[in-house]
Amino acid sequence: MALLSNAAVLLEKELRTEYRSRELLTTTVVFILLVFMLFSITFHPTGSESQQFGPGLLWMAFLFASSLMLQACFLREQNNDTLSALRLSVSDPFAIFFAKLAANTLFLLFTELFMLPFFAGFFNVRILHVLPQLFVVFFLGSLGIAIPGTAFSAISAQARMRELMLPLLLLPVLTPVLIASTEVTAGLLDSPPAMNYSGLGLVIGFDVMFLTALWLFGEYLLEE
Amino acid sequence: MTAAARPAGIRLENIDKKYGGLYALRRVSLEIAAGECVALAGRNGSGKTTLLRVVARLVRPTNGKLTFVPAARDNGTDAGATGFVAHATMVYDELTAEENLVLFSKLQGITAPAERVAGLLREVGLHERRTSLVRTFSRGMRQRMAIARALLGQPSVLLLDEPATGLDPEGITWLASTLRGMRDTGRTVLMSVHGESEISALATRAIRLDAGAVIADTTMGANLRSILTLAGA
Repeated sequence: MALLSNAAVLLEKELRTEYRSRELLTTTVVFILLVFMLFSITFHPTGSESQQFGPGLLWMAFLFASSLMLQACFLREQNNDTLSALRLSVSDPFAIFFAKLAANTLFLLFTELFMLPFFAGFFNVRILHVLPQLFVVFFLGSLGIAIPGTAFSAISAQARMRELMLPLLLLPVLTPVLIASTEVTAGLLDSPPAMNYSGLGLVIGFDVMFLTALWLFGEYLLEE
Repeated sequence: MTAAARPAGIRLENIDKKYGGLYALRRVSLEIAAGECVALAGRNGSGKTTLLRVVARLVRPTNGKLTFVPAARDNGTDAGATGFVAHATMVYDELTAEENLVLFSKLQGITAPAERVAGLLREVGLHERRTSLVRTFSRGMRQRMAIARALLGQPSVLLLDEPATGLDPEGITWLASTLRGMRDTGRTVLMSVHGESEISALATRAIRLDAGAVIADTTMGANLRSILTLAGA
């Protein structure tokens, strides 16, 4: 119970600080928009090419944008050593991770949903008829990025060359979730659309596995 | 408010802390009784900050054992049982003074946090600026915020790393009176100091560290002063 109430308090703090600064959302939205524009201008993909390569491009853009977003997650706590204050205040250190990964998932999901119409416009892809299914994939995929991303952000924040460390740690680990999310999205953008349940199952399995690992070992990642 | 803080003593047994090949603390054994006010002296890099962070349980010692006597609060949790004022302010620049303290009050399970926070902000002289973002505060005001955050949960053990940094004379007098009050109500205070001051005068015991090891430890008046005023302290 204390875990959930602490996490709720911390999540509110994360949302409030982001609402005030708008640093993370602005950066990621601009980054993804640039990727879409550059790809669209450079390759002029046809309708069938968009269906073939679009989902991969979409998730690659989300993945690289997320590494920008996740970088700041624990780095912000280092400015005034607020992480130490949190560790002294919470009864369960997992509450810190839980709040941060919830915030990261929400920020990612918001960015993805915001960018979806731009993706549809740039690549001439129809999305309205599969919007609820896309929401499910985006949510599970975002969670899959946010869970290990939050853990690696805690590790890299204490390391030298921290800006390089996070993508180097994160990108290989996220390969399974990237492939599975891309395949599920591709199935939904196909005509007729189809839900790839095995891909979805893989993403869910990935989320559960990393969440369990974070719950078991997260405390050690916060130590100096 | 949280469960009333019980007096707590601190026992360190053969504590080592190594960073790579460098010893920050070497075989430190100390017994600090509940209600003692202990000043830690020593040159820069002598291990004062590391010792305070080990006692705060923010740094895990390489070897040795740290125990609090008694172990924890009545409600079984340690949240807020140790107040820590570090070099950094440990508060959020993007939140207001009030938001910061309410956040940490809620995390520590303090009931009626608004009343506690309003009272503390009055006590530290920041009530007028309670709705200002901390990033607009001066160094001294930030230090007052740091002290207010540490006092939120009425901790049984208070750890202070050069707490007078940035405070004006009025702030130092206020801090001295607050610490005197804590000492007199049986709270354990462990603080790092540089030389003699209004703050260090509160100490009932002085410990001197050098290269991570305890080289002097006294409760006697004249010796206590000499430990605090040694060259380079």
